[in-house]
Amino acid sequence: MPDATNTNGSGPDHDSLVQVRDLTMRFDGAGRPALDKISVEIRAGSVIGLVGPDGAGKTTLIRILAGLLHWTEGEVRVLGYDPRKDPEQIHLRTGYMPQRFGLYEDLSVEQNLDLYADLRGVSGNERTERFKRLLEFTALRPFTKRQAGRLSGGMKQKLGLACALISKPTLLLLDEPSVGVDPISRRELWRMVQELVRENIGVVWSTAYLDEAELCQSVALLNEGQKLFDGPPADLTRRVQSRTFAIELHGGQRAVLSKALKLPQVIDGVVQGRSVRLVFRSESERLNPAEIGAEPGAGLKPVSPRFEDAFVDILGGVTEKESHLARRMRIGNGTNGGAVIEAEGLTKHFGTFVATDNISFSVQRGEIFGLLGPNGAGKSTTFKMLCGLLVPSAGRASVAGFDLQKVGSQARNRLGYMAQKFSLYGDLSVQHNLEFFSGIYGLDGARSREAVRDMIEIFALGPYVNTTSRELPLGFKQRLAMACALMHEPEVLFLDEPTSGVDPITRREFWGHINSMVEKGVTVLVTTHFMDEAEYCDRIALIYRGRMIALGHPDELKKGARTPALQDPSMEDTFVALIRRFDENNPDLSDAVSSGGRSAGTLRKPKQERPQ
Amino acid sequence: MNAYVASLVRLRSLVWKEAIQIVNDPSSILIAFVLPVLLLFLFGFAVSLDNTKVRIGVVLTERTPESESLLRTFQGSKYFDVQVDTDRRAMEKELVAGRVRAVIVVAPDFSRNLVRNGGAPGIQVIADGSEPNTANFVQSYVRAAIGIWSQQRGLETAFDAPGSIDVEGRVWFNSSLESKNYLVPGSIAIVLTMIGTLLTALVVAREWERGTMEALMATPVRIHELVLGKLIPYFCLGFGSMVFCTLVAVLIFRVPLRGSLLTLSLVASAFLVGALGIGLLVSTLTRSQFVAGQIAVLLGFLPAFQLSGFLFEISSMPLPIQWLTYLFPARYFVQALQTTFLAGDVPRLLWINVLIMIGFAVLFFVLNARVTKKRLN
Repeated sequence: MPDATNTNGSGPDHDSLVQVRDLTMRFDGAGRPALDKISVEIRAGSVIGLVGPDGAGKTTLIRILAGLLHWTEGEVRVLGYDPRKDPEQIHLRTGYMPQRFGLYEDLSVEQNLDLYADLRGVSGNERTERFKRLLEFTALRPFTKRQAGRLSGGMKQKLGLACALISKPTLLLLDEPSVGVDPISRRELWRMVQELVRENIGVVWSTAYLDEAELCQSVALLNEGQKLFDGPPADLTRRVQSRTFAIELHGGQRAVLSKALKLPQVIDGVVQGRSVRLVFRSESERLNPAEIGAEPGAGLKPVSPRFEDAFVDILGGVTEKESHLARRMRIGNGTNGGAVIEAEGLTKHFGTFVATDNISFSVQRGEIFGLLGPNGAGKSTTFKMLCGLLVPSAGRASVAGFDLQKVGSQARNRLGYMAQKFSLYGDLSVQHNLEFFSGIYGLDGARSREAVRDMIEIFALGPYVNTTSRELPLGFKQRLAMACALMHEPEVLFLDEPTSGVDPITRREFWGHINSMVEKGVTVLVTTHFMDEAEYCDRIALIYRGRMIALGHPDELKKGARTPALQDPSMEDTFVALIRRFDENNPDLSDAVSSGGRSAGTLRKPKQERPQ
Repeated sequence: MNAYVASLVRLRSLVWKEAIQIVNDPSSILIAFVLPVLLLFLFGFAVSLDNTKVRIGVVLTERTPESESLLRTFQGSKYFDVQVDTDRRAMEKELVAGRVRAVIVVAPDFSRNLVRNGGAPGIQVIADGSEPNTANFVQSYVRAAIGIWSQQRGLETAFDAPGSIDVEGRVWFNSSLESKNYLVPGSIAIVLTMIGTLLTALVVAREWERGTMEALMATPVRIHELVLGKLIPYFCLGFGSMVFCTLVAVLIFRVPLRGSLLTLSLVASAFLVGALGIGLLVSTLTRSQFVAGQIAVLLGFLPAFQLSGFLFEISSMPLPIQWLTYLFPARYFVQALQTTFLAGDVPRLLWINVLIMIGFAVLFFVLNARVTKKRLN
């Protein structure tokens, strides 16, 4: 390699793959730089986690390293080359997986692999061996003939990784490889990357999941284009040493959390099953559990700090300490209690494939009900049947007492729906989107104006009212989507992966809003891949292979997953354990078949079914 | 593996990938093979600029050998469907009701006048002005028919017209003056524009939108390989579609193909490469399927339709619009196509058109090479 010697003058360093010094990147017309004097080093045989809120500059940095963007100032060396002068050399030696699935959905797994092998000049025996290895590595062998677009989310990411690895790169650049991927596939991806690290490859892994970042050898934390931290994650976690506590409760966690967050000494707090977990501004500060409405006898218990606590802390803590949404939502407990959402034997066939099989549950007023499950397990199908977008093959779904098949429109007036993909009008401004949705829900004149004004205020959309929604930062897009779903003060809220790809700070804000609505009697049905969000739920249904394999409070499910080896399983451990157990108890569904079945859920787009 | 072979392997793989995508995507097959059939049938059967069988009424108040003979002239024409009546008012009603397009009134003293002054017979033509083309056609045809009839009569009766000039009209190249003979070759221009410009613009923009372009850019692939990787498959698709169109035109519509297949291939290739160049350029600049589609329609499809001389004669356009037609390759292509089909290999007519089209192709590829960069900003 030509002058692969380092640039910092301390002698040759063969492990240093990438050196970035004082890198500044300005896009035309943008006010603040996308990257502001960033310095970072990437070493062979290690994973560097790239974390930070939306708009921090993670993707920009990765694209610069991939030789796809020209930067404004500073020095960048990748594998000894200048990405501006020798992008070809870098493209030869790096694997890059863009944030969006960059493969051809209308080509089969094999055709995609063939294309990338040809593009990277891998041929002959080397190619045969490489394919064999990668197909084993990714467990994609049974699916080589399947079109990439018909793979489940997790399998798509594995295929993307396989294509990036085809010519044994020295450096691997992964831009949010785990967004929208279920915990099991996420663990598999991570295991795969660990294997690569053992082969001395340098990996850049950008992520919104901080538990992943915690596992990296080192972490670079970016915020608004600036690097706030660079080093082993444990070093950052040390900041919040002896500042993290939990209060165990027997109910009313949401009220306790919202009171706690209003206190100045609390910078972060989350619900964790029946406990509330808090981070204090400093070691000396405490609070009296009684003043936040905790039941008598509940005490502060020190808990070990996590990387996420430190992340929130370094970014200044939770800013939106109080949701003003509750003030607007006027849903009283006036309507009788009892079940608001009812699923009775919901079954959906797509041809011969059973997407969901006899799923029954009911959700009480003011409950947060979580639907969890791997990609393609039948969770979205269940979700769509419950909000009237899909007609069940058998069974019945009702919302607020209305049968969705008989009086769907009446039921739909009572529910708010936030789709997984951004489904607002990109060309309309924030103001116009809000006005449009208020019209859709039949608000007129003064009521419409009031609703729009309130939403702008509650979700702090003020600075963006005239911005088209396409140009909004991701966090604001999600806020707008939620605002639009809430215009008509629905008593039931359906949220389909509302926080996919959203950073922890914005996610906390979101859950602040959700909690405050639930306190007002709104019922929430939510799907998520973030296991820490599952902790907010009052009950969780775990959907796997079209069946509901577990139902209960997060703590109960965790208790069930406890083993001698794992005394205190996390929500994610629980998720994985429950699925493993199901597979063990149902050996008739062999693994190959299961993966086929899992992804077959996405084989046919539910769109083809006529929405009622 | 040396660099040259590696490059060929990459190119082959890109072309192959595109081919699979074309086969997997029904819309490209639709544009290449179903749309042409629709267009050809539309212009071959439904849209006809010829007046065949116009219904006319003839009012004969008295039946004399002379007036009968004139009537037979009209009845014998393949352009007219003749109704005869003796009552003028009845026929006028038919005209008002739209059942006939024109009425030819043969004056009561027709034969007497004819005999007396030897050639100023009283004939009135009333045409339905709500269809000006038909009205004009009927008027001039009637005039011509009467002219021929009186000449023939002169020949039959006596050689008393020494000074009369025998005007014999003859139409070349399209002797039957059938519009399908120039509309069908012209619609090949539309089809090739659709494939070359519109389809190509959409598929490249799609790669940007889906993020596949970003992934490609991070591989050792070169820009010219990417461009050729799009060009070759869509050129083949367009060429295949052209061959298909020609077969349909010649075998089903009996459009004459007087030029050689080689000339036709040359003309079509020169145009196709230019059309592909526009498509690539538009999609590279916009990177969005929606905008690319709009611009491709504006720069490719509409000029091919309106300004190429395919449907509307360029010489009858206002002068500024005529100048505008020179800016679009479709004009040269339609001319060259019509020459090839109807006149044959006439080098003097063809080479200038072909050269201009090649010029356009070179221009678009130079522009493409300048705007395409293997990076995102």
